[in-house]
Amino acid sequence: MTDMVCPITNGLPTHREQPLDPPEVLGQLRSEQPIAPMTFPDGHRGWLVTRHDQVKAILADPRFSSRASAKHLAFPSDRAALDLEGDMPPGQFEHMDPPEHTKYRKLLAGQFTLRRMKQLTPRIEKIAADHVAAIRRQGPPADLVKDFAVPMSAQVICELLGIPVEDRERFEAASSSLLSLDISPEEAMGAMGNLLGLLGELVQRKAVEPTDDLLSGLVSSGELNPAELVGATLLLLVAGHETTANQLALGTYTLLREPEQMAKLRADESLIEGAVEELLRYLTIVHIGVQRTPLEEVEIDGVVLKPGEAVLLHLPTANRDPKRFPDPDRLDVTRKALGHLTFSHGIHQCLGQQLARIELRVGYSTLLREFPELRLAEPDVELPMRSNMTVYGVHRLPVAW
Amino acid sequence: MRVEADTEVCVGSGMCALTASHLFDQSDEDGSVILLDPEPSAPDAQRAVREAVGRCPSGALSLVE
Repeated sequence: MTDMVCPITNGLPTHREQPLDPPEVLGQLRSEQPIAPMTFPDGHRGWLVTRHDQVKAILADPRFSSRASAKHLAFPSDRAALDLEGDMPPGQFEHMDPPEHTKYRKLLAGQFTLRRMKQLTPRIEKIAADHVAAIRRQGPPADLVKDFAVPMSAQVICELLGIPVEDRERFEAASSSLLSLDISPEEAMGAMGNLLGLLGELVQRKAVEPTDDLLSGLVSSGELNPAELVGATLLLLVAGHETTANQLALGTYTLLREPEQMAKLRADESLIEGAVEELLRYLTIVHIGVQRTPLEEVEIDGVVLKPGEAVLLHLPTANRDPKRFPDPDRLDVTRKALGHLTFSHGIHQCLGQQLARIELRVGYSTLLREFPELRLAEPDVELPMRSNMTVYGVHRLPVAW
Repeated sequence: MRVEADTEVCVGSGMCALTASHLFDQSDEDGSVILLDPEPSAPDAQRAVREAVGRCPSGALSLVE
């Protein structure tokens, strides 16, 4: 072959030729070597998987472990190192295997059912409307990251968990520090410490004075000790807030760049549910992918994966697999995009995905309805992308109307 | 066609209910699947069940034909 893909020798390639498309080299790998050897930045030799069917199969395969201790940084990043090596509390069940994982998942899944999440729709609509009203009072222009996506998703998850209004400023300060690119690892550690302290106090308070919310329910179930409660709540907060906020802002940015698709959505409100799925597929903001480690030797399509070799499953490239989604690099809000792997697959598939869907539907619909003339306020400026962050997105989204 | 559900294996992602809310629900207790029609006969329902089984992340749903 003349066009051999370069071996992946220093972690996951992250350079994007286009801000909304995965790196081209990964698409090339998907067609030529969908299970490719990859050397991680720490020198570990593992694998990179980019084909939809293979990624999906590995995520569902119980021979692969999710334990944090076997994971390796996918690309050099101070922030990601903190996530993996920081002094995290127990209860981070995304890094557990059954049966330990099962206890947490069963305890929480009943709180996030589709039906329960649908019941939150009117409240989420009210929260979105309040933020739009605030934007109108102060603008134009507005920054839809800071003025809409972040505060909206923060308020939803705070209310659901039961973080009282008087604590929310502290929570939002700590959480926006963690979201910012401009802070040092020490500052990030400090912000994480504040967040953990706040959650620890809350857990204590809910034990004495339970209220009608998720955290009180968890405390009174008696299934978890205080440290596990803090860890599990932290996971719900971070997973429920940072991801939704970024998908909301990045999805809006994407629609602003694709006026035809935006016009279709404006013309037919019934397209919104499909559009939410298509934006999830197209953008796949968990751009590092997810990692698994075989517990025993596993052969997949002729490739032998040995126990302990980290396997990086690249969700963004899998979601652009032409065998699964025809013309995959085109955004098409009328496409049947369910079946994407954005929320992962297998037993760790996103617990809060039904909440995310509703928040995104309400968020996009509210913006489109309230701002018929919504446009980029700095159309000629290249917006800084969250390339080095765990979750992809835009750092800011200045708009006018 | 009969659909079977293993509620021990189920992780309560809600994909089945999202795919066909008239055929699948979830327990408030642990989010696990509740079959509303274990033996769907209408072609539309059978198609929806097949989609739901294909999307089930945990492998809790299976078809007996």
